[in-house]
Amino acid sequence: MEQMIANGNTIPFEKGETVLTALKRAGIRVPTLCHIECLPPVGACRICVVEDTATGQLIPSCSFPAAPGMSVATHSVKALKARKTIVELLLANHPDDCLYCDRNLNCDLQKLAEELGVRQRRISGERIAQFVDSSSPAIMRDPEKCILCGKCVRTCEEIQGVSALDFSGRGSKSRISTAFDQSLNLSTCVSCGQCVMACPTGALTERSSLREVINALQDPKKTVVIQHAPAISVSLAEEFGLPAGSDIMGIMTAALKKIGFKAVFDTSFSADLTIMEEATELVERVTKKGVLPMITSCSPAWIKFAETFYPAVLPHLSTCKSPQQMLGAVIRHYWAAAQGLDKKAVYSVSAMPCTAKKFEAEREEMVVKGAPDIDAVLTTRELAKLLRMYSVDLSRLEPVACDLPFGERSSAGKLFGASGGVMEAAIRTAHYLITGRELENLVVAAVRNAEGLREVTLTLDGLTLNAAVVSSLGSARPVLDEVAAGKSRYHFIEIMSCPGGCINGGGQPRGLDKEQVKKRLAALYAIDAAATLRVSHKNPAIKELYETFLGKPGGHKSHELLHTTYQPRTELL
Amino acid sequence: MNTKAQQILMKYPGAGRDKLIPILQEVQELDGYISRESVALIGRHLGVPASKIYGVATFYNQFRFKPKGKYHIMVCRGTACHVKGSADILERIERVLQIKAGDTSRDGLFSIEVVACIGACGLAPVICVNGEYHGKLTGEAAEKIVKSYQQREATHGN
Repeated sequence: MEQMIANGNTIPFEKGETVLTALKRAGIRVPTLCHIECLPPVGACRICVVEDTATGQLIPSCSFPAAPGMSVATHSVKALKARKTIVELLLANHPDDCLYCDRNLNCDLQKLAEELGVRQRRISGERIAQFVDSSSPAIMRDPEKCILCGKCVRTCEEIQGVSALDFSGRGSKSRISTAFDQSLNLSTCVSCGQCVMACPTGALTERSSLREVINALQDPKKTVVIQHAPAISVSLAEEFGLPAGSDIMGIMTAALKKIGFKAVFDTSFSADLTIMEEATELVERVTKKGVLPMITSCSPAWIKFAETFYPAVLPHLSTCKSPQQMLGAVIRHYWAAAQGLDKKAVYSVSAMPCTAKKFEAEREEMVVKGAPDIDAVLTTRELAKLLRMYSVDLSRLEPVACDLPFGERSSAGKLFGASGGVMEAAIRTAHYLITGRELENLVVAAVRNAEGLREVTLTLDGLTLNAAVVSSLGSARPVLDEVAAGKSRYHFIEIMSCPGGCINGGGQPRGLDKEQVKKRLAALYAIDAAATLRVSHKNPAIKELYETFLGKPGGHKSHELLHTTYQPRTELL
Repeated sequence: MNTKAQQILMKYPGAGRDKLIPILQEVQELDGYISRESVALIGRHLGVPASKIYGVATFYNQFRFKPKGKYHIMVCRGTACHVKGSADILERIERVLQIKAGDTSRDGLFSIEVVACIGACGLAPVICVNGEYHGKLTGEAAEKIVKSYQQREATHGN
C-alpha cells in the first residue's frame, strides 16, 4: 500500500487506483454523478472534483490516479464552489417540475442540488422542447430531464451489450437517442431497465401501470389478484427505509390484502411449476437428442435480446413461459373457474423486480383463448408507491401467508430471484427425474454468488451435463456466439438479463449499489437454508395442480397454457 | 438488399470501427444519403451498433439521412457568408420550405444542406441549387429563388 494525503490525513492506496477509490476506502465521501463503479471512469460530469493542495488545481477524483505524496482537499472552498456551479449549470436547462417528477425525493440531481446549497436559479439556459417517448411498454424517456451524463449509454453498451442508446448530435445539440431517433419500441431496446437503475434523474423511468391497477381495485365487477416475484420480498423493504436484505414476505402479503387484492399469490410457486416443465423439457432434449444446449427463458429482456441479436439461437430457448406468465395462465384458466368466476372478470396483476415483464405481459404470444395471462405489471418501485398511496403502515401489520393454491412454494422456486437460482432449482429436480434419487447436497455452490459466467459439470448416473450460468446480456454474448456457431459444449445454460439476476432487476429500488444487491442475495440464500421444502418436484401444491388440472409436465394442457413461441426481430427496420 | 452498400463493404474486408467514416462517406456518395438499411449492413460488417453509427454520423454536418430532393439547396455558412447575413438566408429558406437543414421536404422536391464554405466568398452570401450559384443574396432574394423553383414545379412538374 502506498500513501497519499486527504484533508491533512494520510490515507493508503494501491498502485493504479483512482483518488476516488482511495477516498472511499478511507471513508471520505465525494459526490459522483456520471461514475459507474464497475466500469472504467469517464470523468464526464466533474462533480467529483477535489483540490490538489500543491497546485491548487481541481482534479476529477473518479478518473485521476492516486500518487504517492499527493495531497488533496475534498471539501475546500474551491472544490465546493466548483461542484455547486456544475450543478447549477446542469439545472440551467432542467425543467423545474420536481413536484411532478417520478424521482421527486429520490433523485440524485435533486439531492446534489440540496446538498450543495443551490437555492436560486443563477444560470438560465435555453431549453429545447422535446417529446417524452412513451412508445415502449416498459420504459419512458423524457429527454428534457436528461443531463447527458451518459450512464444509460454505458450501461446499455458496456454491461448489457445492447447499445440501443447513444449520444448523437454535437455541442449544444448533443442528445441521447436511439439509432435514427426512432422511438424506443422500434429500437433494439430490450426493456431490461438497467438504464433506469443508472439514471440519476427522472429522464428514464418505468412506464407506470399504477393507474390501471388502482382503477381495477375500485371496480366492483373485477376480482383483482396479485402475484409477487421471488426477488420482491427481499428488496421492497428498502423503499421504506429498512436495511437491504430484509425479508418482508408476510408483511407485504398482509399489506396487499389490506388494500383490496382478493388473493395474493407467490410467483415462486410458478417458478416451481416452471422447473417441472423446464426440467422435463431438458431431460427430453438430452435423452431424445433434441436441440442443445437448452437455454432458460425466464428473463423477458433476454428473450427480446435473443430475438433481436441472435435469431439463430431461438430453437435453443426453452419453450417454457416465464413464471409470471405461467401463474397468470393458471390463474385465468384454472383458478377463476374453480372460484366460479368468469375468466375475464379476474384482473391479474403481477409485482416484479423487472421492467421487461411489462413488455412480456403485452406480447401477443401471451394471449391465450382471447385473454392475456397478465393484465398489469408493477415494478418493485411502483408497488412501494401503491402501498404509500394507500397509506399502509408496514410496521403495524402482522405477517400472513400467501393464498392457496398458489401460495405454497419450495425454496428452489424462491431462488429464481438470484442469478444461478434457476440452474440450482433445475439441477435439484433434474437429478431426481434422471436418477430417481434426491441430490445429497442441495446447495450447488458453483452457481452461487455468480456474476458474469459460471460453469458447473454434473454427473447423473453416467450422464454428464455441462451447464453454465450467465447474468448480464453483455456477458451472454460470447456464450451465444459459441451456441450460434454450433461450438457450445454446454447442455443447459441459464441466462438472466440483469447482472446478478432479478435481485438487481431494472424494476428494483434505484441505484447501482453492489453491496445492496449482495444483501438481497444473502437473504434469498438464508431463506433457502432455513426452508424444509427445498425442491420443486416435492411441492404438494404443484403435484395437486398436475393431478387436478394440467395432467403431466410437458403434456397437452401444459403446452397450451405454459409454453410459448418466439419471433425473430430485425434491427433497425 | 442494399447492393450498393454491400459493394462498398466488399472493399473493406475485415475492417474495424476505424473505417466507419470513410465507409459512410462512400455510401453517401453513392446513395446520396445514409439509409437505415445501409447502417444495418455497415453495423453488421464492422461490428458496430446502429446507435453508435448514427451517433457518429450525426456528429458531422456532412451526413444526411434522407434522400436528397429534386432540388438540392446548399446554403453557405462560411465566415464571409456569415458576416454578410447567411443565418437570415438559411432561416428564410427553412421557413419557406418548412424543413430544417439536413432534411428533405415530404414531396421529395427540396432538400437543404448547410456547407462550411462553398468557395465563392466574393459573392457572399451564396447559395447553390443543383450546381447553380446565386450570390450577393438577401433573405428576400433567397426566398424568391426558392419560390421560383416551386413555381417551375407547379407549372412544368407532373
